[in-house]
Amino acid sequence: MSLADSQYARLDFATSPINRALTAEQKIGLLTQMMRIRKFEQASLKYYNAGRIGGFLHLYIGQESVAVGTISLCTPNDHTITAYRCHGHGLMSGMNMNECMAELFGKATGSAKGKGGSMHLFAPDKNFWGGHGIVAGQTPLGLGLAYGLKYKGIPGVALCYLGDGAVNQGAFHESLNLAALFELPVIYVIENNGYSMGTSQKRSSAYRGCLAQRAEAYDMEWDLVDGSDIYEVRAKTHIAMERARTECRPTILEISTYRYYGHSVADANAKKYRSPEEIENYKNNHDPISTFRTRLIQEGVITAEQADAINKLATEEAAAAVVFADQSPAPSIDDIMKDVYWEVDNQTEAGRTGRHFFND
Amino acid sequence: MRTLSYREALREGLDEELARDENVVLMGEEVAQYNGAYKVTEGLWQKWGDKRIVDTPISEAGFIGMGIGASMLGIRPVMELMFWSFHSVAFDQMVNNAGCVRYMSGGLINCPIVVRGPANGGTGVGATHSHIPEGLFAAFPGIKVVAPATPADVKGLIKASIRDNDPVFFMENTLLYGTTGPVPDLEDGDHVIPLGLADLKREGSDLSLIAHGRSVLHALEAAEILQRDHAISCDVLDLRTIRPLDQDAILATVRKTHRAVLVDESKAFGGVSAMVATLIQDHCFDDLDAPVKRVCTLDAPAIYSPFVENDQLPNAKRIVAQVLTIA
Repeated sequence: MSLADSQYARLDFATSPINRALTAEQKIGLLTQMMRIRKFEQASLKYYNAGRIGGFLHLYIGQESVAVGTISLCTPNDHTITAYRCHGHGLMSGMNMNECMAELFGKATGSAKGKGGSMHLFAPDKNFWGGHGIVAGQTPLGLGLAYGLKYKGIPGVALCYLGDGAVNQGAFHESLNLAALFELPVIYVIENNGYSMGTSQKRSSAYRGCLAQRAEAYDMEWDLVDGSDIYEVRAKTHIAMERARTECRPTILEISTYRYYGHSVADANAKKYRSPEEIENYKNNHDPISTFRTRLIQEGVITAEQADAINKLATEEAAAAVVFADQSPAPSIDDIMKDVYWEVDNQTEAGRTGRHFFND
Repeated sequence: MRTLSYREALREGLDEELARDENVVLMGEEVAQYNGAYKVTEGLWQKWGDKRIVDTPISEAGFIGMGIGASMLGIRPVMELMFWSFHSVAFDQMVNNAGCVRYMSGGLINCPIVVRGPANGGTGVGATHSHIPEGLFAAFPGIKVVAPATPADVKGLIKASIRDNDPVFFMENTLLYGTTGPVPDLEDGDHVIPLGLADLKREGSDLSLIAHGRSVLHALEAAEILQRDHAISCDVLDLRTIRPLDQDAILATVRKTHRAVLVDESKAFGGVSAMVATLIQDHCFDDLDAPVKRVCTLDAPAIYSPFVENDQLPNAKRIVAQVLTIA
C-alpha cells in the first residue's frame, strides 16, 4: 500500500504557513508548471517514438508535483541537482522548452549544444546542476554544492534528488554520513516511484519502515511525503529547507510518487512488472496535476475553462519547442572537440601549452 | 636557490596557494590533525585552521565527489588521496563527474579541482597499494595529469595545477617525498611551472631517455652509467605533465639523438610510454636509427617481496640493458 492509498485521516496542507502565503496567481503558477512539464514530455515521447530523439528518454509523467513543489520554494541562494529523469527539474528551474527539446533532439541550440542529451540537462545560471546519468552519482555532488554554500557563508540549500533505486548505492550512503558529519545544508529528496527500473522496492531494498528511515543511522532528520499533493510536498520540504538554512542540518525526504511510463521509454517490460490496475489507480485517483486542478477549482482560484486554457497553452508551447528543435542546426564535427577543457575553450596560456588532444 | 625536500617543496606550494586564494581548501584522510599520512600537509592545519584544512572520513567516493560538487560552485578543493591506488573506489566521481561534466553541459560548468597523492610502486605494500594510474587517467579527455619528479617541479606544478580551471590529477611518489633538490628562493618571485612543458634534465647526443615521475631519477642514474661505462651520451627528458603533453620537446630530443628509450613506471599496455612511442613513430619515423624501446613495470600486479620488488619496476640497471640493445 502506498502512502497515497492510506486510510489515515489526511491533514490539509493548504493550511500550512508556506501554502497559506500563496497568492491565487502563484497557485495557478504551480499548476501551470506541472502542466508544462507534462506537455513537454508528452511531445518528447511522440518524437522519441518517431525516431527523432535518440538514446534514452526517462519520463517524469506522474511525478511532476515533486520538482514543481520543491523548486517552487527555492530562492536565488538555493541549488538543485538530480539524476537522469531531469526534464521536470530543468523546466521548473527556469530552462525554456526550446533549449530542452533541442537538447533531446541533439541540436546545437540545445542547452548543452547537443552534447548531453535527455539525461544531462544543465542550467548553472539558474542554479540547476544537472541531469546525471549514473544512479546516485549525483549524490556526492549535491553534498558539494551544500559544502560550497556553507564555505562561502551563503544561507542556501542544496536539493539533491534521487530515485528509490539509488538508495542502495555506496556513494549515497557515503554522502549521508558526510552530510550529517559536516552539518551541510543538503536535502536528499528520494522520489520514490516504487520501482528501480523493473525491480520493486520490496525486491531491491532492505529497510525498516521506509527508505527515508535509514537517515536515523546517520542521526539525520527525515520525513515521508505524499507526492500526489503538491501542498504537502511544499509544506514538508519547506520545513527541511528551513532546518538547512537556519541550523545547517541535512534531511532526507521520501516523496511517494509514481511514473506512468517505464523506467525509460525503452523499458520493454514496463507493463509486465506492474499491473494495469495499479497504474490506472494512480492516474485516476492520485495524479498530481488533476488532483491540484480539482483543488484549485474547489478553492475558487481557477475555473475549469481557465485550467483547460493553461493546458492548451502548454500543449502549444511544447509543439512550438518541437518545431524549434526540428528546425535547429545540428552540431558540427568540429563541435565534438569543444567544451572538453575550460583552459582550451578560453584560449588561455594554459590552454595553449602542450598537446591536449590525441586524435589519430 | 635553497635545498628542500620534495615534501617540503610541495607543502610550500600548497601553503602559498592557501595564502593567495581563500577558495583553496585542502581535504583528505588525515591531512589536518594527523599532519598528513606522509606529512605533506604537516603544520598546515595549525596555521590555517579547520575551514581550510579538512579531515575527511575514509570515504573516497563521498569526499572526492563532494569536492567536485564544491568546485562547480567555485571552491578550489585540493583533495588528498592517501594513495592514488584508492582511486578505484572513487572512479565514477573522478571520471564521470570531474572528467565529463564540462562536456555534458556544453561547457557551462568547469571543475577547478586538484586530486593529489602518491602513485607508485616500490614500497612493499603489494598490488592494491601500488597502482600507477597516470596513463589510465590521461586516457580520459577532460582530465589533466601531472607527475613531477623533483622538489622544484613539484612546487611549481602544484601551484599551476591549483590555478588551473580544469580537473588536475597530480601524481606524487612516496619514494620521492624525502629526496632533496634546489628550489628557487622566495625572493625570486612566484615559482609557477605551466602544465604541458617538459624539462630536459640532462643533455646528451646519442640517445634520448624520456621519463616522468621517479623514473626520471632512474633515467638520470642510467645516463651517468652509460656515459661512464659505455661512452653513450643521453638526453634525459622529463615529461612532467602527461596531459597536456609536451609533444614538441619529445620530437625535438628524438630528432637530435635519433634513438629513444622510454622509461615508464606504469604498465606497458596502454601506458604513457605507449602514447609517446606512437607520437615518435608518427612524427619522427625518418629520424629514427633504431626501434623505440621501453622500460616499464613488469606486466603483473605489483609483487610484495622486497627481494624482487625493485626488479619489477624500472631501474637504472634495466634502463642500461635496454639502451645497450639499440645503441
